[in-house]
Amino acid sequence: MQQSHQQHGEHRSAHLAHQFDTLDQQYQSGKLGIWLFLVTEILLFAGLFCVYAVYRANHPDIFIYAHRFLNKNLGALNTAVLIFSSFTMAWAVRAAQLGKKRALVNLLAITLLCAFIFLGVKYVEYQNKWKEGLLWGTHYHPIEEAAPSGEAAPADSAEAHYTGPPNVQVFFGIYFLMTGLHALHIIAGMAIIGWVLVKARRGAFSPSYFYPVDYAGLYWHLVDLIWIFLFPLLYLIR
Amino acid sequence: MSEHGHSQPGHGSDATVHVVPFRILVTVWLALMVLTVVTVEVVYIDLGNLNLYLAMAIATVKGTLVALYFMHLRYDRPFHAIVFVTALVFVLLFVSLVLTDSGQYQPNIDLRQEQLLGK
Repeated sequence: MQQSHQQHGEHRSAHLAHQFDTLDQQYQSGKLGIWLFLVTEILLFAGLFCVYAVYRANHPDIFIYAHRFLNKNLGALNTAVLIFSSFTMAWAVRAAQLGKKRALVNLLAITLLCAFIFLGVKYVEYQNKWKEGLLWGTHYHPIEEAAPSGEAAPADSAEAHYTGPPNVQVFFGIYFLMTGLHALHIIAGMAIIGWVLVKARRGAFSPSYFYPVDYAGLYWHLVDLIWIFLFPLLYLIR
Repeated sequence: MSEHGHSQPGHGSDATVHVVPFRILVTVWLALMVLTVVTVEVVYIDLGNLNLYLAMAIATVKGTLVALYFMHLRYDRPFHAIVFVTALVFVLLFVSLVLTDSGQYQPNIDLRQEQLLGK
């Protein structure tokens, strides 16, 4: 339909930028741009995954000791929340493609709500680490109760109860760096989804112009994808 | 709903828009949830080194599902998949080369640390 307009020299879609011939060409160009951006994101996180791999390969004992301080249940809960939000986002793209405005608005709102829940759980986790003194570098001062169960803690001096391997603070440095950068991406994703939600409420999208929803979805799925790897690497160590 | 999206309004006959059927979206979501439960439960079984490889294999399957269906790669132009997979190949190269390298000099670091501590 769009093409026949072009061929007969009729009016162009208001969404079609002058440098493109068709909406589809514009859509595909934008999509390639998003994929290239996602590649830079993958390579950004690759640096952190590399740090993780090197440190774990050379000091497996630190990871086995320290991962027990992380709450598996909260990690699993957040994984479920993020996967569900990815599902509602994919569903939202479908609704946008089919021109179902009500469904699109609701699904985007649910996705945004899931992002809030994810950050809320993350906040609880970070707060617990803070209270237990399980932080990076020189801020690592584990309190007694923080010791994993099954390890007796003599209370003679501040350091006496410490039974773990040296340099455990590096694990928490890696933990905060990886989950922190991921959380920043969640916050950025919330801003993007929020913007798309506002536009969707105003009825800006139609089956011939749903690209922003699709692009936001691709980004959101990548954030989910990275978490899918972070969760077993940080929480599920044996 | 059409399998290749040719009948979507507002697009020419060469339009590459694909609407993923709702049934597939739900199936993928359920599969992801099942795999999440599996990856959590499998930690309680001692498989030695296999635990790490199994966890990474499950995460890779989950990631592939997300990329293929949620990110539409299965229905998309192959070029986007090529871009994506190329990046992953470079990540693999990056991590494996650094791992090999650091594995080579780690014994020297350990030795030096022992010397310093033993002094």
